Amino acid sequence: MIRKKAVVSINECVACGCCLKVCPRNAISIPAGIHSVIKHELCVGCGKCVKECPASVISLEVIEE
Amino acid sequence: MNRKKKWYDYLWLVSLTYLILGFFNILFAWLGLFCFFIPLLIAIINGNKAYCNKYCGRGQLFALIGGRFGLSSKKDIPKWLKSKTFRYGFLIFFLTMFCLMLWNTYLVFAGNNDLNMIVTLLWTFKLPWHWVYHGMLFSAGVAQFAFGFYSVMLTSTVLGLLTMILFKPRSWCVYCPMGTMTQLICQAKNRNTTQEN
Ligand code: SF4
Ligand code: SF4
Ligand code: SF4
Repeated sequence: MIRKKAVVSINECVACGCCLKVCPRNAISIPAGIHSVIKHELCVGCGKCVKECPASVISLEVIEE
Repeated sequence: MNRKKKWYDYLWLVSLTYLILGFFNILFAWLGLFCFFIPLLIAIINGNKAYCNKYCGRGQLFALIGGRFGLSSKKDIPKWLKSKTFRYGFLIFFLTMFCLMLWNTYLVFAGNNDLNMIVTLLWTFKLPWHWVYHGMLFSAGVAQFAFGFYSVMLTSTVLGLLTMILFKPRSWCVYCPMGTMTQLICQAKNRNTTQEN
């Protein structure tokens, strides 16, 4: 099955947390204050975080399962 | 935004009130020290950016004005603005200007300089701001710090609003010195644990 999931470019992430505020599935966390971490098993690929991220460092990528 | 609103989702009201109070009595500017020390303490003690992620009213304010009120073009921020060079450079510049402000405050405390009742916007434009000072019981240095600190807060708000309009609502968070500083602290503190992610 082919699905789209959100992927963060962790080196560019500023850990602001804008993404986790908009995720409807609570799939995002910033455990160590350095970059966000997205739980792929929760992500439904809605793209809200992609739109919100002020640094534009999240993208939807096709992940084959 | 299915999440239930919590008390800390309304902290933008505090940020807004803070900015407004500075137009009435400059001494309120001292309260801004909270949004200086709280994020640093959280980063140092807990090793995370909970301040940015949850509590920061300024970020919420930009999200509200830019997002809900639609005053943002929602374009991607240019590459150079999110580069580490610019972010760290801006942090250094910001801290340097901050130290200069502290030095000026010291000079007034020490009696070398007279109280200068201005708010300096963008480190350049000196705005007369004398109506907010009603004379007082403390040393003039106390007021000088308030003018200086309010200048910092107003400047960062203006810059934040500018990048909010040009790019995404919370673009300020990309180069916000507090955000960069807390991220650096977390990096130093959690150096050993991050590889696991
Ligand atoms: S919104 Fe973007 S920069 Fe901010 S924490 Fe999420 S991925 Fe990182
Ligand atoms: S794409 Fe949607 S579900 Fe997936 S992390 Fe982003 S906001 Fe959450
Ligand atoms: S980066 Fe700055 S403005 Fe943004 S949430 Fe953090 S402290 Fe607030």
